[in-house]
Amino acid sequence: MGATTMAKALNAALADALADDERVLVFGEDVGKLGGVFRITDGLQARFGDRRCFDTPLAEAGIVGFAVGLAMSGMRPVVEMQFDAFAYPAFEQIASHVAKLRNRTRGALSVPMVIRVPYAGGIGGVEHHCDSSEAYYAHTPGLKVVTPATVDDAYSLLREAIADPDPVVFMEPKKLYFSSAEAELPTRTEPFGRAVVRRPGRDATLIAYGPAVPVALEAAEAAREEGWDLEVVDVRTIVPLDDATIAASVRRTGRCVVIQEAQGFAGVGAEIAARVQERCFHALHAPVLRVSGLDIPYPAPMLEHTHLPGVDRVLDTVARLQWDDRPDPRWLAQGSAA
Amino acid sequence: MTSTPQAVRRASPRTRPPAKKPTKAPARGQATTDPTAGLLPQTEPVRLLDPDGTPLPARADYPEPPAEALRELYRRMVVGRRFDTQATALTKQGRLAVYPSSRGQEACQVGAVLAVRDTDWVFPTYRESMALVSRGIDPVEVLTLLRGDWHCGYDPAQRHTAPQCTPLATQCVHAAGLAYGEAHQGRDTVALAFIGDGATSEGDFHEGINFAAVFKAPVVFFVQNNKYAISVPLSRQTAAPSLAYKGVGYGVPSEQVDGNDPVAVLAVLARAVEHARAGQGPFLVEAHTYRMEPHTNADDATRYRDGAEVDTWRDRDPIARLETYLRTREVLDDAAIAAIAEQAEAYAADLRERMHIQPEVDPLSLFDHVYAEPTPQLVEQRELVRAELTADRESEGNG
Repeated sequence: MGATTMAKALNAALADALADDERVLVFGEDVGKLGGVFRITDGLQARFGDRRCFDTPLAEAGIVGFAVGLAMSGMRPVVEMQFDAFAYPAFEQIASHVAKLRNRTRGALSVPMVIRVPYAGGIGGVEHHCDSSEAYYAHTPGLKVVTPATVDDAYSLLREAIADPDPVVFMEPKKLYFSSAEAELPTRTEPFGRAVVRRPGRDATLIAYGPAVPVALEAAEAAREEGWDLEVVDVRTIVPLDDATIAASVRRTGRCVVIQEAQGFAGVGAEIAARVQERCFHALHAPVLRVSGLDIPYPAPMLEHTHLPGVDRVLDTVARLQWDDRPDPRWLAQGSAA
Repeated sequence: MTSTPQAVRRASPRTRPPAKKPTKAPARGQATTDPTAGLLPQTEPVRLLDPDGTPLPARADYPEPPAEALRELYRRMVVGRRFDTQATALTKQGRLAVYPSSRGQEACQVGAVLAVRDTDWVFPTYRESMALVSRGIDPVEVLTLLRGDWHCGYDPAQRHTAPQCTPLATQCVHAAGLAYGEAHQGRDTVALAFIGDGATSEGDFHEGINFAAVFKAPVVFFVQNNKYAISVPLSRQTAAPSLAYKGVGYGVPSEQVDGNDPVAVLAVLARAVEHARAGQGPFLVEAHTYRMEPHTNADDATRYRDGAEVDTWRDRDPIARLETYLRTREVLDDAAIAAIAEQAEAYAADLRERMHIQPEVDPLSLFDHVYAEPTPQLVEQRELVRAELTADRESEGNG
C-alpha cells in the first residue's frame, strides 16, 4: 500500500466502519462537505450520504448529548470535537451521562460511542487549540481513553473504539496527523488494554503515549551516543491501562522515565509513575522520574517549543537516573533546605 | 421578592388585565408573509375548564379529550397525589434520603404521560416521580434513586423511560438524539422531554430544542413552569413574555397551557404529540402551574414565598377542578370517586409496606457496571473490597 498518513488511516477506519455497520453515524462540526478541518472525514459524506455523515449545529454539548440519545436508540455515533479545548462545553454530558449511564442503570442502558478529540500541540496553534485534555477524561470512571502514536494503531484502535461496548474518548495527536509510515490497511494491532514495547532496551524504560511517543523514540536513538540502551513503551490505551507490560519492562531495566506532553501536575504521567513505583519498588535503581509540559496554560505559538518536552529534556532526565548509585543532588538540596 | 408577584400574576386569571383581542395563530401551513406564523403561542394559556371546574366554550383548536380518557386522567391524578404524599411521609420516617414533590402539578405529571404511548420515550427529571408511577413503573423502582440503594431503579430500555435526570436540561439533548435515531430507523417514536422553568436557563435546553428543530426530530419539550427554581422566581430566569415564547427563536411551534387544567393539558399535549409523530418536528409546551410543596423535604419554602400566594394556588387545585367537572358531566359519581380513593389508599399502603423492607445492597456490585467488562484495575479493587468485607465479617464473628 505504501506510505500512509495517520490522517488517512483514521479516514479509512471511519469509512470501513460506516461500510461494515449501518448503525455507525459520523457527525460534528464541518465534518460533512468540508471533511473536517483536519480532513479526517474527507469524502465520507459523498460516499455514504448525509444521513450517515453530517454537520450539526455548532454546539459541543449538543453534539455529545445528541449522540447519547442516538446510542440509546441503538445507533453507534462517532462524533468529532473540532479541537481539544472546544470539547469543554461537552464535559457535563461526557462526565455525567456518557460515562455513567451504564452504571446508573445497572447495565440496562449502555451508550457505546466514540468521541474523537484532536489534541495536544506542536502545530503552532493559537490559544484554545492545543490543550492536552486526556487527564480529565482518564479521571472519569466509565470512559475508555485511547491515543494512537502510529499509523497502524490509528486505524486499528479507531475500529476497535467504534466496535467497543463502552464509550471511548479517542485522542488524536494533531502533530502526528501528517506523520506517515508504510501501512497495509485494514490492519489490526494489539487490542485495548495492551501497551506495546516500541523499542527494546536494557538500561531504562521510557513510557510515553500519543504525541510523546516519537519524542521518546528519538531520545532513545540519541541516547545510544551517550551509551544508554533505552526501552520505549507506548501506552496506547490510557484507560484501560496495561500495568503488566509497563511493570514488566521497568523490572527488566530497573529505571523509568514517564513522558507526556501535557502539563505535569496531577496528570496521566503522575498516575503511571505512582503505579510503577508501587509495583516495581524493589527492582528500581532510581526514583521514577517524569518529563512533561510545564504547569502553565498552553503557550502562544512562538513560545511553545519551550513548553513542549523535547529530546533534550528527556535526555537530561535520563541522566538523573542515579547511574552512579548516588542520589539526585536536587532532591538532597531541597531536603536540607527543609 | 419584588419580582415574584409579577411572575405569578402572569398566569393568574383573577389578576390578569382585561382581555385584549386574542391573537389567533394562523392555521399551520397556511400561506402567510409572517415568518413567525404558527410558531408563537397564544397570548393566553389554553384553558378548557375554569378553576372552579366550569367548562369553557368548546374550541376547534383543542377539542376536549374523550370522557373515558378524562376519567382515567382523574384516577391516575388521585393515585399520583396519594403516592406523592406517601413519598413525602417516607422522608420523615427516614425511608427516603430526599423527595422532590410535585403535589399541585398532577395535571401536568399525569396528563403528559397519558398523551404518549408506551413505545414512546419519556425523559423525566427528578421531579417526575408521579409521572413515572403514572406510566405504570413500580413505585419502589421509581423511588430507588431517592431511597439510595442504586441510582436508577427501573429498566429504561424496557420502560422506554430514561433515568430521572438530575443535571438540569441535559436530558433535552438526549431526547433530540433519541427521537432522531428512532426516525432514522423508520420508527414513529415520539420523545417527551420534561423540564422545569429554572432549567430553561441552562444551555442544554437551547441546544436540545435547536438540534431537534434542525434535525426535525419528533420531540415534545414540556416545560412545567411551577414558578420557582428552588427559591429563585421565574423573573430571575427570563425576561421573555413567557417560556413558550422561546420556541419561535428556534423555529419551533409552541403553546402555553393552564397547567392546573387537566383537560387542557391533555388536549394540548395530545396535539403536540400528534404534531411530532406526523413528522413535523418538535413542539414546545409551557404549562403554568405551581409547586405546592417546598423544592424537597429539605427545603424551607417559607423563606422565599408567602402563604397567601400558596393559598391562591390551592384554590386552583387540578384534582378538585376535574372532579367537579366530571361530576357535572356524570362521568363520575360518589361511588366511583370513593372507589378511586380506595385504590389510592391501597396503592400507598402497598408502597409503605414495601418501602419498610430494608433493601439488600451488595458492595461488590459496585464494580459490575462501570464498563461492560471490568478493567484489570477494577478487578484488583474488587478483590480489595472483598478482602475488607471478609475481614469485617470475621471481626464481627469474633466480637
